[in-house]
Amino acid sequence: MAGQEQVLGAPSSQPVLRGSYTYASITDKIADTVLERPTHWAWAVGFAVSASLTVLFIVAMSYLFAKGVGIWGIDQPVSWAFALTNFVWWVGIGHAGTFISAFLLLLRQRWRTSINRFAEAMTIFAVAMAGLMPILHLGRPWFFYWLIPYPNKMNLWPQWRSPLVWDIFSIGTYIIVSILFWYMGLIPDLATLRDRAAQRWKQVGYALLALGWRNDARHWARFEIAYLLMAGLATPLVISVHSVVSLDFAIGNTPGWHSTIFPPYFVAGALYSGFAMALTIAIPLRATFGLQDFITARHLAVMAKVMLACGLLVTYSYLVESFMAFYSADRYESFMLLNRMTGPYAWIYWTVIFCNVIVLQTLWFERVRGSPWMLFAVAILINVGMWLERFMIIVVSLHRDFMPSAWGMFYPTFWDIAILAGSLGAFALLFLLFVRFLPVISMSEMRKLVKERRESSS
Amino acid sequence: MTQSAQYGLLAEFRSAEHLVDAVKRTRAEGYRDIAAYSPFPVDGLSDALGIKRTCVPFVTLMGGLIGGAGTYFMLWYSSVIDYPIDSGARPLHSWPAFVPPTFELAVLGAALAAFFAFLFASGLPRLHHPIFNARDFDLASRNRFFLCIECSDPHFDESRTHDFLRSLDPMRLVPVPW
Amino acid sequence: MSPRQPRREFDFSGVPERSRREFLKLMGASIALASGCSRELPERIVPYEDMPEQLAATKSLYFATALSLDGYGSGVLVESAMGRPIKVEGNPNHPASLGATDVFSQAAVLTLWDPDRSQTVLRQGVLSTWDAFRAALTARRSRFASQGGAGLHILTGSVTSPTLAAQLHRLLDKYPEARWHQYQPINRDNVYAGTRLAFGETREPRYDFTRARTVLSLDADFLRSMPGHVRYARDFNGARRPGETPSANNRLYAIESSPTLTGAKADHCRRLRASQIDRVARALAQRLGIAVESPTSVPIEAGWLDACAFDLLTRHGESLILVGERQPAHVHALAHLANERLGNVGTTVQYTNPVLAEPIDQLDSLRQLSAAMAAGEVQELLILGVNPLYATPADLEFARHLQRVPFSVHLGLYRDETAMRSLWHIPAAHELEAWSDTRAYDGSATIQQPLIAPLYGGRSPHEVLAVLAGEFEQDGHAIVRALWQGELGGDDFEHTWKTSLHNGVVPDSAFTAEQVTARLPALPPLRDADSSELEIVFSPDPHVHDGVYTNNAWLRELPKPLTELTWDNAVLMSPESGRRRGLANEDVVEIEYRGRRVRAPVWLLPGHPDESLTLQFGYGRTAGGRIAPGAGFNAYALQTSAAPSFDGGARVHPLGTRYPLASAQMHNRMEGRDLARMLPLSAVIQRTAQGAQPSKHERKLLYPPFASPTYAWGMSINLDACIGCKACTIACQAENNIPVVGKDQVQRGREMHWIRVDRYFEGSDAHPRVHFQPVPCMHCERAPCEVVCPVEASVHDSEGLNVQVYNRCVGTRFCSNNCPYKVRRFNFLQYSQDVPSLNAQRNPDVTVRMRGVMEKCSYCLQRIAAAKIASEKEGRRIRDGEVVTACQAACPTEAIVFGDLNDPASRVRIAKTSPLDYVLLEELNTLPRTSYLPAVENPHPDLQET
Repeated sequence: MAGQEQVLGAPSSQPVLRGSYTYASITDKIADTVLERPTHWAWAVGFAVSASLTVLFIVAMSYLFAKGVGIWGIDQPVSWAFALTNFVWWVGIGHAGTFISAFLLLLRQRWRTSINRFAEAMTIFAVAMAGLMPILHLGRPWFFYWLIPYPNKMNLWPQWRSPLVWDIFSIGTYIIVSILFWYMGLIPDLATLRDRAAQRWKQVGYALLALGWRNDARHWARFEIAYLLMAGLATPLVISVHSVVSLDFAIGNTPGWHSTIFPPYFVAGALYSGFAMALTIAIPLRATFGLQDFITARHLAVMAKVMLACGLLVTYSYLVESFMAFYSADRYESFMLLNRMTGPYAWIYWTVIFCNVIVLQTLWFERVRGSPWMLFAVAILINVGMWLERFMIIVVSLHRDFMPSAWGMFYPTFWDIAILAGSLGAFALLFLLFVRFLPVISMSEMRKLVKERRESSS
Repeated sequence: MTQSAQYGLLAEFRSAEHLVDAVKRTRAEGYRDIAAYSPFPVDGLSDALGIKRTCVPFVTLMGGLIGGAGTYFMLWYSSVIDYPIDSGARPLHSWPAFVPPTFELAVLGAALAAFFAFLFASGLPRLHHPIFNARDFDLASRNRFFLCIECSDPHFDESRTHDFLRSLDPMRLVPVPW
Repeated sequence: MSPRQPRREFDFSGVPERSRREFLKLMGASIALASGCSRELPERIVPYEDMPEQLAATKSLYFATALSLDGYGSGVLVESAMGRPIKVEGNPNHPASLGATDVFSQAAVLTLWDPDRSQTVLRQGVLSTWDAFRAALTARRSRFASQGGAGLHILTGSVTSPTLAAQLHRLLDKYPEARWHQYQPINRDNVYAGTRLAFGETREPRYDFTRARTVLSLDADFLRSMPGHVRYARDFNGARRPGETPSANNRLYAIESSPTLTGAKADHCRRLRASQIDRVARALAQRLGIAVESPTSVPIEAGWLDACAFDLLTRHGESLILVGERQPAHVHALAHLANERLGNVGTTVQYTNPVLAEPIDQLDSLRQLSAAMAAGEVQELLILGVNPLYATPADLEFARHLQRVPFSVHLGLYRDETAMRSLWHIPAAHELEAWSDTRAYDGSATIQQPLIAPLYGGRSPHEVLAVLAGEFEQDGHAIVRALWQGELGGDDFEHTWKTSLHNGVVPDSAFTAEQVTARLPALPPLRDADSSELEIVFSPDPHVHDGVYTNNAWLRELPKPLTELTWDNAVLMSPESGRRRGLANEDVVEIEYRGRRVRAPVWLLPGHPDESLTLQFGYGRTAGGRIAPGAGFNAYALQTSAAPSFDGGARVHPLGTRYPLASAQMHNRMEGRDLARMLPLSAVIQRTAQGAQPSKHERKLLYPPFASPTYAWGMSINLDACIGCKACTIACQAENNIPVVGKDQVQRGREMHWIRVDRYFEGSDAHPRVHFQPVPCMHCERAPCEVVCPVEASVHDSEGLNVQVYNRCVGTRFCSNNCPYKVRRFNFLQYSQDVPSLNAQRNPDVTVRMRGVMEKCSYCLQRIAAAKIASEKEGRRIRDGEVVTACQAACPTEAIVFGDLNDPASRVRIAKTSPLDYVLLEELNTLPRTSYLPAVENPHPDLQET
């Protein structure tokens, strides 16, 4: 590792921290993006756009609650469509964040350091969006809490065999743990901001959030252990969450859902789309806030490699799915697959293949991995592809299942699209607020990185 | 300033190595009520301070066990004892279906335990602490390393401790007022 | 009001944006309701069961009466809950019903409670009163009385009511110059003319399918649309129980000019243009030894005709040829002659006096009326219960001539086209609101007794005529009773009267068979078989009929047989004819015929004869309620008095535009899946001989099953008996408060029917095999829907019912995704409207569902509960046949059997022991409680259908 960093040229061999930074300078640079630096025009534009989309989101939800899910295009037999697609997609995106911050921490991957903070933020905001969807899609959303066990006069409990109940547990756990993990990592940096803030209200605000952190060696000792334990817990959790999400379908008997490959298939897909989203965010972020020294080409390249690996797993799942459909000699399974490839929704299948399999192959090339903007384009396409993949799994399986007499089509309405666009807006809005008020890179860890680099270079 | 008006003496160092070294010597001197402050976790510092193992891992384990066992019991009790009902002709005690919630809540219990154990063990939240009164202590969260010998230490003696800290050749040496 | 909405009488929330007029309507509705319901049941009516002590709020009473279609009555029992008629069942005592009903009877209660019904007397469209009308009419009487009734014309539909006929005759005796015209858009002109040709006198043919082993139908849809069709369907299938007695099985040959259920059920069906059927009839007659010269070219291969003729001849006295009302008189006459030669007269076909009181040629009668109006001879015109401005041939220009009538009166249920243009409009009393009488297809008379006081102060034709005649007695009950006093006489009249009301049939009122001798009629020259000519065929819409039901939402949304279309009508043509013109479904065309043009959307229907269009009446309305106008196209606008049934010389111009149609079934093929099974009779005999076979899917169960210790409810559906009439669907809708969702929702595939009738085509588009399959909830013992419900809204009860707990449902819809049969229905929006009068129709024993909850077939849980209460009172088990589901009750062919599987003697248990019994998607191992018996085809050995 130390040796590599001297060699220049290939992005993968570039350092995870460029330039000659001291504890002070690196702290100042990162803290100033929050405390000093005036609002960047790009930030303002992004804020305006995402805020207006968020308003659309609120309008769409209000109308939804007033009228019912009938305002969407869902019908019999396709009674799940956009809402559940968004749900799976958002949860998937969340996974990359936890993977980066928890799993890579366990593996002691240095390149994790400068991207874990915003990746975790991405996780939390994405899971928040995901968490909304199952509630929105209920016929009577005001009774969503009936899925949660609580003592009640009806003396009723949830029906534990339903994967939807498992969802409540896994998503709930996931968002709580993600927030704790994120907040814990923030505490030392909040202390830094407290100490460096000029205005009184900022000092007070950050002081409250910092809980009185003193950088005491004893604090650090407990902190490191607890943080490590958290990472150890979050890692299996993230695997379990998307496995449970996949069971929402695998437990069902619909051809195209009822498949044992789903849990690993979904987890791989989740990381795939998650890293795509992480890149989609990181590339403009570093450009806007001049963080190229911290989020280096090395980071982008490594994330691209992870994406390539996950993408290949997903491709493999596609192949296995197709093979099993025919090998099983199950008439419904094989019809389902043929219908995906040649039916009324064939264009979706082939778009998915193009985005998630063909485009992916470009990541074999150093040049693509080295060029932020090419990576950005690839990431965008994969985001689209993964959303469509979930849409394909849900809608295209449902619209033609066992009884031809009950076959039908799904056509989205304006409100379907409003909910999707709105959730994207709300996600972006939360993220923009995050980069404005919290350090996007962990300063304490960067300081440690500076120290380690000093030692390795001397 | 009077004895009682002082919390301790604070020495400021430039590097982590310097701090660790200073801590070692201070403890060798017999000082016990001492605290070290660094802008990031410094390897070997806790050993030098002689911080003993913390309760955090054990509490986390307990949290996980309680979360998991409690959940499984709730699932079993609610569907076998309290409200048995035929759902899809599955057995009342459908243990495979009980696994996911059990696992999730075990993780949740453990995570919550870990977080609060950390806060408790670190005595946080504590918004005010005399150490903040020391001049330039805010650099502890930026680029400086500090060693504080508190007045409560039996060996503490205004002048001797002062001299001893001088001998560690800090960048600066300041009193920490109450 | 409904017990569930006690305070809602004047609360109109939930009614979509309403104009002042609609508000008035609803206002009237609710006021009428308030009075109608707060009032005692009209005294003097006799409940079907005499149980005074049970007049408890929860207990329903049943009253026997009759509902009529085109004048022909069909006996029904109407369930009345606290004075509100809420459900129609068939009357087991009535020959035309035998306990079953058709879709129209089921929908009658909705028409009764329809808030759009006319509610006030109108004079030139302005509110008026009954008294004002009576005064005006009395004033007119002095005029026509002085001239012996000259200038007084009365137009009615087909009249079978003895009372009405008697009143009219008395009137005509009193005023000899007055004229009574009859015109029913769907009439018996050709049938009667046919008997006149064959026998020299007007006769009513009556068929007995129980004794017919070979049936040939020439364009006759006896299973669904001719008088007595409910009974005919029952008898036909009674003689066709291959599962039980394979040896005794009938064979049906059908030749039709427009696809019908009869053709769909036929063992051999040929589709020909209407004009070609004449040729076939002659060719067959000749083969049967009747001296007609065989036409040069016959559009059916000789082998087919030979086989058919062979079967007819060998089944001497057990065969039957019947001809549809559409076909010209001489074809009917030929059939009568053939039946006589085949020795069928007296066995499978009988001839009685006409059921219509005055079997005149109605088209001719209408011609005379419109001529008289044109000549300005008509001073007063009373239009009783028909809508001639809409439902008459266009060339008679009724609307234009009506303007020349100074004093026109319209009596009708709705402010329809005629109501708008008449001087006076009188709201008519619904059949369930007034005293009257009617005759069934076999002449049996039923005295119709009102179930409730007229909601909107409607009047019956009897009352109006009484006023017209200036008779002293103007009370419906007295008028009807007086007539029957005369008819039945006797000192124990009181008793006879009571029994007639109680049983719903006047004792021995059925007509007796008359002796007839047929002669060979003079046959008109054959039309040349010019196949290039595009024909149009007129027919009533399967559900809104001639337009009387266009404002009935249940019938509008009920998917039509074969096309599965809802809410609109369309021009039906064969896929081949469509291909030739580059037409696809929903393409709008302009049909040009005899200088008239009509624009209509196209629907390509497999099995439709090529180069022929079917135009169905009943749509293209301009008035008559809130939902009647504005849908479909008006086929009457092309109908001419010269050729009211069918004619050639039509032309079709594609317009390049599209009109969206709502079909309830998007996919029409089975895709090789083993869903609706059909076996040849030979295979059935073989299998029955072998006895029950182990299923090819062995049942491996991972978990021990839950027992159903007390009762185990189950259902068996016989696909061979099912004729696809959809009476079950609408009966279920009426019983279970199933909401109507509207066209746009049906297009989205959101219809709510709990039991649907799947229709599959198999084979070529020209000669498809048609399969029908009613699909209710399967009540799987291993229900996939239950496992995935997060809130225990879909659970199993101890009797094996898969129950849906509405108030627990949060609407995740996972259960619907996981239901392989897709029988679950979801309230995507607030579908069940809170309209006062519609609330009054609702079944108090069934919850009204709100938006966001899932619902589905419950095996009529409320009926099971009622039976359980009754049986527990008497400390016994529920007897077999004590619980009858709504669909089972309505089914004309007893295709549905329901009961307790724990009872070894129950009919359902026996049905399920048949070696032919099978369940849907058995490989999924859901163990459905609903199982099927396959359809059976009984082809002639020489004929290999393709």
